[in-house]
Amino acid sequence: MTATAMVEVRSVHKSFGSLEVLRGIDLDVRAGEVTVVLGPSGSGKSTLLRTINHLEKVDRGSVSVDGTLIGYRRSGDKLYELREREVLKQRTGIGFVFQNFNLFPHLTVLENVTEAPVAALGRPRKEAVAAAEKLLARVGLADKAGAYPRQLSGGQQQRVAIARALALEPKLLLFDEPTSALDPELVGEVLDVIKDLALQGTTMIVVTHEIGFAREVADTVVFMDGGLIVEQGPPAEVLDHPRHERTRAFLAKVL
Amino acid sequence: MSLTLSKQPPVLPDDGPGPQLRIVPVRRTGQWAAAVALLVLLALALVSVVRNDAFQWGVVGDYFATAAVLRGLWLTLWLTAAVMALGFALGTVLAVMRLSANPVLKAVSWGYVWLFRSTPILVQLLFWFNIGALYPEILGVRTVDLMGPVTVAVVGLTLHEAAYAAEVVRGGILSVERGQIEAAQSLGLGRWRRLRRIVLPQAMRSIVPPAGNMLIGTLKGTSIVSIIAVQDLLYSVQLVYHRTYQVVPLLLVATIWYVVVTSLLSLGQYYVERYYARGSADAR
Repeated sequence: MTATAMVEVRSVHKSFGSLEVLRGIDLDVRAGEVTVVLGPSGSGKSTLLRTINHLEKVDRGSVSVDGTLIGYRRSGDKLYELREREVLKQRTGIGFVFQNFNLFPHLTVLENVTEAPVAALGRPRKEAVAAAEKLLARVGLADKAGAYPRQLSGGQQQRVAIARALALEPKLLLFDEPTSALDPELVGEVLDVIKDLALQGTTMIVVTHEIGFAREVADTVVFMDGGLIVEQGPPAEVLDHPRHERTRAFLAKVL
Repeated sequence: MSLTLSKQPPVLPDDGPGPQLRIVPVRRTGQWAAAVALLVLLALALVSVVRNDAFQWGVVGDYFATAAVLRGLWLTLWLTAAVMALGFALGTVLAVMRLSANPVLKAVSWGYVWLFRSTPILVQLLFWFNIGALYPEILGVRTVDLMGPVTVAVVGLTLHEAAYAAEVVRGGILSVERGQIEAAQSLGLGRWRRLRRIVLPQAMRSIVPPAGNMLIGTLKGTSIVSIIAVQDLLYSVQLVYHRTYQVVPLLLVATIWYVVVTSLLSLGQYYVERYYARGSADAR
């Protein structure tokens, strides 16, 4: 356990019915670092990400972000489930970007970005609009503020989704396969935005299949299979000199 | 081969620069004959309606805008509005209860819908009309004074409407993608905000068409309150024809008003649907 760990995942278990998706995950993510999670479909990487902002409850173990337990309050040796309002408050510190963007289709791009600061943080609308316009400029979409999501390409939608997550000024950003639903020619523009965030020292966990991105941006690469972390380390180590047979087999398939 | 459509008739490739070939469509003699026959029948029906003195169009005109009829129309209109508004408010509560994780709320909501959909509205209305037989006093007030015919009409129709509205709203809420709720949760939006700002506006797209059906159904359905002597549009014309025996022309007065109002409502539905389709692919 490192003192500077922003995210601490401790022996997390999660089952859906009889299927055990996470079988004891331990993970540390240091502040300002980018952790890329790789692994075959069904390895549990998306579920792990979703436990970090409590979209999935864990069956056993614990997750804490910035020293705060997520979803529970500890008293003695018991974990008491938090009320929804408290969980929602914790989530405002953790940005989540979905594979399918999940933009609100009936709201304009600007309304998508200002919704959470106004409704969840109680920011004045004027202030939220000014901040949103800055964020949209940052992801290169200043001219799309008045558009509806369906009028945008997939890549543009995902950039809006990133701006929406950033609007809460989260201390941690989670990306769940942010480019998997995109046409190949649109992947680059989204990865560029994420790279830019990495350069500015945003703490991020990115679940992806983009090995090139992992090599370029990640401080740590985590390889998962069968609900377990098989190995983790700097990209040069895990991607170029994998120690485990399963990592080698996976990389041979995707490279 | 080019896929672009041109106005020129297609030229067979092997004919070279030969004569331009014209396409002659099949003659659809049967279709023409059917259309003509139908139009003739409609014209005959129209002529018979106009020329049959028994319809007494003059009487229809005399009563069409009389104060009594307009008062009845007004009651029908506000009763419909009240029943729709209250019915959908209660229906939304029932739908949210049904979709909640609380098994008691779920069961109560299910039971409500089951009970109020399983009995005819006429029976429900008569039941509420006679509620005084079960509870002569409510909170120290004589039930007969509290539950006049108009109150019975509002209460009876609303409770019935809510059962159907609950299913319409529930269907709408279920049509909203799960990811929308997760996105709202991950942004820290509270339960009420999620429902009001994210889920219901999107659910409205699936709610409006059946709700439009229900609105038109309710408008016509309010005529059932004539059975408990509430002076709606139908009862108002009945009062006249019980006195004058001009049954058919006065029913025509009510009929024409119902058609006029339901047509306006259908038109309104078009604009409401267009509003809630904003941001979707078929919006413009």
